This record gives sequence, C-alpha cells and structure tokens, in this order.
Amino acid sequence: MISLTEVAATLVLVALAAAVSLWRRAELEQDLGVAVLRSFLQLTAVGYVIQAIFDSDSLWLVAGLLAGMVSFGSFTARGRAKAVPGALGPIALALSAAAVVTLGLVLALGVFDAEPRYLVPVGGMVIGNSMTTAAVALNRLADEVRGQAGLIEATLALGATARDASRGIVTRSLRSGMIPLIDSTKTTGVVFFPGTMVGMLVAGAEPLDAVRLQLILLWALLGSVALAALIAVSLGYRGFFTPAHQLKELGE
Amino acid sequence: MLRALDLKIEPGSTAVLGPSGSGKSTLLRLLNRLADPDEGTVRFHGDDVRSLDPLALRRSVLLVPQLPAPLPGSVADNVRYGPGLLGRSIDVAGPLRMAGLDPDYAERDAARLSVGEQQRVMLGRALALDPEVLLLDEPTAALDERAKEGVERTLAALPCSTVLVTHDRRQAERLATRVVELAR
Repeated sequence: MISLTEVAATLVLVALAAAVSLWRRAELEQDLGVAVLRSFLQLTAVGYVIQAIFDSDSLWLVAGLLAGMVSFGSFTARGRAKAVPGALGPIALALSAAAVVTLGLVLALGVFDAEPRYLVPVGGMVIGNSMTTAAVALNRLADEVRGQAGLIEATLALGATARDASRGIVTRSLRSGMIPLIDSTKTTGVVFFPGTMVGMLVAGAEPLDAVRLQLILLWALLGSVALAALIAVSLGYRGFFTPAHQLKELGE
Repeated sequence: MLRALDLKIEPGSTAVLGPSGSGKSTLLRLLNRLADPDEGTVRFHGDDVRSLDPLALRRSVLLVPQLPAPLPGSVADNVRYGPGLLGRSIDVAGPLRMAGLDPDYAERDAARLSVGEQQRVMLGRALALDPEVLLLDEPTAALDERAKEGVERTLAALPCSTVLVTHDRRQAERLATRVVELAR
C-alpha cells in the first residue's frame, strides 16, 4: 500500500523540474503545475472509476469506459491533426477497431480472462498508443499532401484516382506512425524498461512473469497500432479530395 | 481568379495570353476539372464537364504542369504510368520520340534529368495517353533559351489540339493559330 505522503514526497522531483525551468528561463513552471494537478485529479478520479468497475465486475461498464476513452482519444488526436479535413471519423474508427480487434484476439487466444482487471488496463494502453500513432501518421499525411501537392495534381491530371495519386504518401505516413513504437520495442529492456514490467517488479512479481506479461502487451500493441495507423491514413487521405478526384485547396 | 469569361476553344492550337494573376492556369484547371468554377459552366463537345467521368475527361483533355513533376522511377515508368492505370502496356519509344527525347532515355532515373529533359518526359507521359487536347501550362518557363527552342519545335509538331498558356506574346504567335488574351 502506498500512502499519500509517499506520493507527495515525489513532488520534490517536480520542484527540481520547476527549478531547472526557472534557472534556464524555460517558462514551464505554470505548465508543470497544471500537469501535476491534472495528473493527480485525473488519475485519482479514474482510480475510483476503475475500482467501482472492478467491484461491480460488469463487462458493460468496461465497454462504457473504453468507449469513453475512444471518444476522448479521438478528439485529442483530431486536435493534433487539425490540417487533415474530416479526420474525426477515421480516427474514431481506427481507435475503436484497434481496441476491439486487440482485446478480441487476446481473449480468443486465452491470454487473459474476460475480466475488468485485464480489459481496462490493456484497453487503455491500446487506445492510448493508437491515439498517438494515428495523430502522428495523420500529421505526416497533411505535411506530405502540402509538400507534394504539385505531384499529386500532376498525377490526377493523368487520370489517376485520388487513391492512386495518394499511394506513396499514404505508405510514408503509415511508416512514420508505426516507426516510433517499432523502435521502442526494439530497444525495450536495453534503453528503457516498459511501465507494466516496472509496475509488476515494484509490486513484488517474479521478473520472468513480469517479462512475459510485458511481451504480451508489447506485441499486442504492435498489432493494434499498425491497424490504427492503417485505418487512419487509408480513410484520412480522402478528406483532402473531392468526390471528383480534385485536390481540395489547403488552408494555412 | 476568372470573371465574366465567355470563351469557345476550337480544335487546333490556341494560346492563352495574359499577365501573371490573370487566371491562365486556373482556366486550364477548369478545362480538365482539376477545379470547378464557383459559377458558370465548362463544356466539352457540348457536355457540361460535371456530367462526364472526371478521370476519362482528364485522359482526353490532358494537362502538362508548369513545373515538371516526375513520378519516382525511370523515364519509362513515367511514360507507362497513365496507360498502366487502364491496364494497357505501351511501347515507350513512340511517345518519347514525339516529345523529342531519344528512346535511350527510357531507363534513366527521371528525377536526375535536367529540367528541360524532365519537361519532355512530362510531354511524353501525356502523349502516351493519346489525348485529344493537350493543356500546356507555361511549358518553357523553366527552360533556358536553347532548351526552349527545342521544346517549341516539339510543340509545333504535336499531333493533337493544344491550349497553351504563356505570358510571352511572341511564343503565343509562333505556336498558336488563335490567341486569347486575359486581362486582370
């Protein structure tokens, strides 16, 4: 059991961060304060919600919580990929599909039992990582469309469909969305220890148990972010074109 | 920006002349439906272009952009691209010759050619689709004097109708039988 005093003691390290910011005039003190306050309030609130869901043992409540995460994640990712017209639909679909397929597979394979204790944290990880991936991939897509507008129009002018004209940029955007997670999976255990493993070790689990659970999660995440990135860019590129295969005029 | 334009373009060679900002390039984009007008109608053989399949329209009223935009790959890859979309394979030598490029260029990387050579690849790529009309947007603007003369000779011998956008009055008179002048 961790006491609130122990948690509060860690604020010394936040104070160190604030001191660095003050010293180097980075002007991040206020942001740090907001970040600490929000993380405390949000995590405490979600802690009570999760406790209530665990106590009730209701899969409907789990589904409701995950749907809430997908909605919040979709709006957050859309905020980061503002330059992509009509991105909300593709993002919401990408996050939902990633959550449903990944959770469905780990349940079907018998990796976890269908209990809130497993579904909530794994679903949260999948949705969170998919959100980041979709936002990165769509941002890259917008940059590519802006940078390659001349080539895209020249290709359309040869009678290519919007899909044909976007083929290269969709592939590059997919890659840029997936590469961060692939790289971090490559370096895991060498450059950094992933959160689940750290949590289990701190809580007293056997190292090999912690490693196996971490592997399950890392590999499941690879599949889910690939799916999320694929859906986000495969549908997202359409927002840049009219039904007559014209490249829309892009705002600044 | 184009306003109050009432224009009929006959088969043959037409040049569109005007200062920059007069809407010359916009006019070309309206003719092959890369853009639609806010008001008014564009017709091709009497049909509102909005009633036609935009992809088929763009293959018969084909735009060659002002700046060469080669696709990644060889010259041959570029020339084969348009017919390839229709599942057709072609001999690239014919379109390359029509565009004034030696067929030996076929296997060269299109991105590594000079701007003048790339402009000819753009022409060859367009001619590979056997268009009815070629829309040429300042095709010699990025070229030096020698390359410009060569491309002009090629344009004068093209087998299809052309709509040539230029700001160069003498070029318009050299290459077109009709000249349309746009004012700002």
